[in-house]
Amino acid sequence: MSGVWVWIEQGDGKPLPASLEALGLARQLAGSDPVTALVFGQGVDSAAQAAIQSGADAVIKANDASLAAVRFEPYVALLDKLIAEQKPGVVLAAATADGRELMAGAAADAGAGVLTDVTELTLDGDTLRAVRPVNGGKVLRVESIQDAGPKFATLRARAFKALEPDAGRSGTITEVAPVLAEDAVSTTIESVEHEAGGVSLTDASIVVSAGRGVGGPDGFAPIRDLADVLHGALGASRAAVDAGWIPYEHQVGQTGKTVSPDLYIAIGISGAIQHQAGMRTAKVIVAINKDPDAPIFKLARYGIVGDLFEVVPALTEAFRKRLN
Amino acid sequence: MHVVVVTKNTPDTEATITVDANGGANWGDKMVVNPWDEYSITEAVLLKGAHNVKTTVLTVGTEQHAEALKHGLAIGIDQAVRVWDAALEGDDSLVYARAVAAAIKKLGDVGLVIFGKEFADSASDAHIYQVARLLGWTMLGFVAKIDAVDFAGGTIRVQRLTEHGTQTISGKLPAVISVVKDINEPKYPTFIGIRKAAKADIPVWSAADLGVDLGSGKVKVERYQELPRREGQVELIEGATAQDKAAALVDKLIEEKVL
Amino acid sequence: MDFSLSEEHVMAQQMVRDFAQREIYPTLKEWDRKQQPHPRVLPRMAELGILGINIPVRYGGQGFDYLTLALVCEELERVDTSLRVVMSVHMGLNSMALLQWGTEEQKQRLLVPQARGEKIGAFGLTEPDAGSDPVSMHATARREGDVYVLNGEKMWISLATKADHILVFAKTDPAAQPAHKGITAFMITSDMKGVSTGDIHGKLGVRAGSTGWVAMQDVEVPAENRIGEEGEGFYIAMSCLDNGRYTVGAGAVGLIRACLEDSIKYSLERRTFGKPIAEHQLIKQKIAYMQQWYDAARLLILRAGWMKNEGQRNTRETAVAKWFATDMSVKAALEAIQVHGAYGFSDEYDVERYLRNAKGAVIYEGASEIQQLIQADYALGFREDRPLRCELPAYDVDFWQEEE
Repeated sequence: MSGVWVWIEQGDGKPLPASLEALGLARQLAGSDPVTALVFGQGVDSAAQAAIQSGADAVIKANDASLAAVRFEPYVALLDKLIAEQKPGVVLAAATADGRELMAGAAADAGAGVLTDVTELTLDGDTLRAVRPVNGGKVLRVESIQDAGPKFATLRARAFKALEPDAGRSGTITEVAPVLAEDAVSTTIESVEHEAGGVSLTDASIVVSAGRGVGGPDGFAPIRDLADVLHGALGASRAAVDAGWIPYEHQVGQTGKTVSPDLYIAIGISGAIQHQAGMRTAKVIVAINKDPDAPIFKLARYGIVGDLFEVVPALTEAFRKRLN
Repeated sequence: MHVVVVTKNTPDTEATITVDANGGANWGDKMVVNPWDEYSITEAVLLKGAHNVKTTVLTVGTEQHAEALKHGLAIGIDQAVRVWDAALEGDDSLVYARAVAAAIKKLGDVGLVIFGKEFADSASDAHIYQVARLLGWTMLGFVAKIDAVDFAGGTIRVQRLTEHGTQTISGKLPAVISVVKDINEPKYPTFIGIRKAAKADIPVWSAADLGVDLGSGKVKVERYQELPRREGQVELIEGATAQDKAAALVDKLIEEKVL
Repeated sequence: MDFSLSEEHVMAQQMVRDFAQREIYPTLKEWDRKQQPHPRVLPRMAELGILGINIPVRYGGQGFDYLTLALVCEELERVDTSLRVVMSVHMGLNSMALLQWGTEEQKQRLLVPQARGEKIGAFGLTEPDAGSDPVSMHATARREGDVYVLNGEKMWISLATKADHILVFAKTDPAAQPAHKGITAFMITSDMKGVSTGDIHGKLGVRAGSTGWVAMQDVEVPAENRIGEEGEGFYIAMSCLDNGRYTVGAGAVGLIRACLEDSIKYSLERRTFGKPIAEHQLIKQKIAYMQQWYDAARLLILRAGWMKNEGQRNTRETAVAKWFATDMSVKAALEAIQVHGAYGFSDEYDVERYLRNAKGAVIYEGASEIQQLIQADYALGFREDRPLRCELPAYDVDFWQEEE
C-alpha cells in the first residue's frame, strides 16, 4: 500500500500552519499517490475542508466528544487501527508536542521507524530519508528508514512550504468512529489556559527576542512594542527567563523553543551557543547589542551596535511609518 | 512504590562539533548529564522527599553513561541500574524503548517513569512515548508542573506546556511523563550523595537478563553534515543617531523583501 | 606517583563549580559595585555543606579530604575572590584550628555548628599596627577566675560583621621573653558583652567580600573557650596560616584559570587585522604564560594538599605555593587585561575585577616579601620546623566518613 498520510493538528477549529506545511510536503512526496489527511476532533468539517484546499485528496475524519482535544491514548489507538488496516507508506505530522507524541506512539504500535523534527525529507521508493538538526542545531544528521511498511516523520514548523489554499479542490471524506470509549481513556483534560494576545513562537514568521541586556522585566516593554508593530512573536534568552523577567514559554534556545522565522531580531542577547541552538535556522538575523564583539554578530546578517533603549524605540517608530 | 528516571550522558552543550570526511561527527570527550535530565532527576528526588517512594535512575547505554547514573545518585536517587546489550548499538528509538520498558517491568512496582523532555544530542524524544505505549501506561508529555500525585490512589494531575497553551490534565498511574525546564530548580549533588555515588556498584542488565527480544532498528543514521555556511559577514548599520540607524535598517529589510 | 583526582574529587569540584557559576556569577558584578557581600553566598554555602567540606562527618562536616578543600577554593575564586575568602577564614583559619588544637569538648561545642554552617567563623590576629609582625600585638587577656578578660582591636578581619565565632589572639603575658610565648588563642563569640564589629569600605578589590574590624572592651571569655594552652597562641596562629595560605593559594589558582579562560574566549572572538587576535603571536605568548602559571601553581598547591592528607608538616611547601600562585595571579590578571585591550580596562568584562582582587592576596596571610624570607631561611638552614604539640591530623577516610 502506498500514499502519504498527514495528521492535521487544529487550533481554534483550523489546521495549524505547520500541519498545512506537512500537507504541502506530502503532496510533493506522494507524486501520483493520494494524500490523505487525518482530521480528528469535535466539529471538524471546516478543518477537513481546509485540508483538502491545501492538498489532501482524501480526508479520514473522526468526530466525537472523546476526541475533542488531543489525548495520547484515544488518538494513538485510532491511528493504530487505521494504519494497520490501510497501511499507508508514510505518515507525517507537525513536530509539535502532540505531533511528536502521536507519531512515536503510533510507530511503536506498528513496529515502525520514526524520524523526529526533520527539516528536509525525501521519499525514494521504500526509503524515507531525512535531514535533522541535532546536538543543539550545531550539526545536521541524515537518517533513513527503508521499509515497505509505514514510515513516520514529524516536521519542523516553517521548514516546509504549504500550498496556496485552492477553494476549487475537492476530495473524498470518510468518517470513522473512535476506537476507545471515553471510559476506557485514563486521562481527563481539566482546563487549558492560553496566553492572551501572543503570537505562537514556533509558527511566527517574525520573532523579536531580548536577553540580559534589557536589564529587568520593565525592559521588555519596548521589545513588546516592536513585536506588536511587526505582528511578531516575543522571544527571550535563558538569562532573561532565569532572572524571572519573562515566563519560560518565551524562551528560545537549547532548553527552550526552536524557531525558524524569516526574521529574527536579537536584542541585548550575546548569543551563547545554547541560544543559537534555538534560532540558528532563522532566515535573516538582526542583532542589536552594545558590545560589537558579542557572538550574535557572527550569525547576524545586519547589526546595530548601540544602546537598545535608544535603538529599539527608534526602530519601532521606523517600522510603524514604513509599514502603514 | 517506585519512581524511575531514565537518563544518559550527552556531549557538553558548549562543545564544538566537527564532521569528518566519512560523515562521522566528533564532539570531544567531555560529556555531561543530558541537560533536560537535571529536571527529571530533581523531580524524582522531590517526589521521594514528599512521598514514601523508592527512586531508581536507569540508563540504557555503554559504560560511558555510568557517569549520568552517578550524577543521579549524588543528587539523591536511591539506586542505579544500567542496561546494555550489543543489540542496542545504533540509534533507533523503538529498540531503545523496548529495553527501557523491559527494565521497568523487571524493577517492578513502578508507579511513575520520568524523562527529561528530549535527548539533547540526538534531539529525539520518540523513545519516551514509545515506552508508554509498550507498557500500555498513561502518557503525559511536556509537563511543567505536577499539581498532585497520589501513589496509593493511583492518580496524577499535571500541567502540560503545548503549542495551545498550558493544559491541566489528570490521569491514572502508572504513567510515563516527560518534564520541561519550568518544573523545578535543578538540585546539585550533595556531598554525602557524592560519597555514596563514588562507592556505588551499579548492576548491568543485558537483554537476556531482561528476557526481551529487542528486535532490530528501522532507523539508520547515515551520516552527519556540517550546517550550510551563512553567507557573508554581518553588515553593521551606521548612522549618526539611533533614528538614522533604525531607518537604514528598515530600508534594507524592505529592500530584501524580508518584510 | 599518581596525579589523578578521584571520582569524589571530580564530582565535588563540579558541584561547587555549578553552584558558583549558576547562582552567584550572574549577579556578582552588582554586589562588587555596591561593595556589599552577595547575600546568597553564606547561606547557600552553608546549606550545600561547602562550609564543612573537609571536616569529619562526626564533627558535622562532609568527610572529604584536604585536597578537596583546594579544589573547592579554586572553583569559588574562579567566580569571585569573595567566595574563596569565606573558606579561608571560616575553614582554613578557624575550623581547621579547632580540628587541630581543639579539645574533644570544644570540637563538639564549637566545630560542629561551624562545620554545619550554623555558625560562621573568622580569625583575628592582625591589628591596626601589627600585620606582618604579629608578636608586636597590643591585645591583652587577663585571667580572672573562670574567665579571661580581653581588650584590644583587630583589623582587616574578613567576615568581621558576619561571623559568630572569632578566633582571636591576645597576650596573656605581655612581659614574656621571647615575646611570642606570651600569646594565647581564644574563641570569642559575637554576642559576648564588649565585642563590637564594623565594616571597612573603599578597598581596591574583593569588594563583594566583607572585611572589617573587631574591638574588644573588657570582654569576659570563659576559660573553656581558650584554644590550646596559655602561651601557645603564636604556634596556633602560625599553624592556622599553614591552612589559610593553602586556601589563598588554591584560590589564586582559580583566579589564574579565570584569566586564562576569559582570555582564550575573548582572543578567539575578537578580530584585528583580519583574523582572531588568538592568531597573533604576542597574544599566544600571553596565553602560553597563563597556562604555565596555572599548571605550576596548581601542582604546588596539590603537593601541599597531598602532604596535609599524609599528615606531613607542610609549612614551607604551603608558603611557596601561596607565594607563587598569588604572585602569578597578579601577573595573569595584568596580561588578561592586556589581551582584552580597552574592554579589559572597563568593568564591561571581568578581568579588571580579577586584577583588583588579585592584589589583596599578595599582601594578606603573609605578604610575598614574608614568603620570600621564609623560603630563603629554610634554604639557608636559618629556619626549621619543630614538632607541634598538636599536628593537623592526617586524612583518614574511615575516621572522616564514619557516621557516629
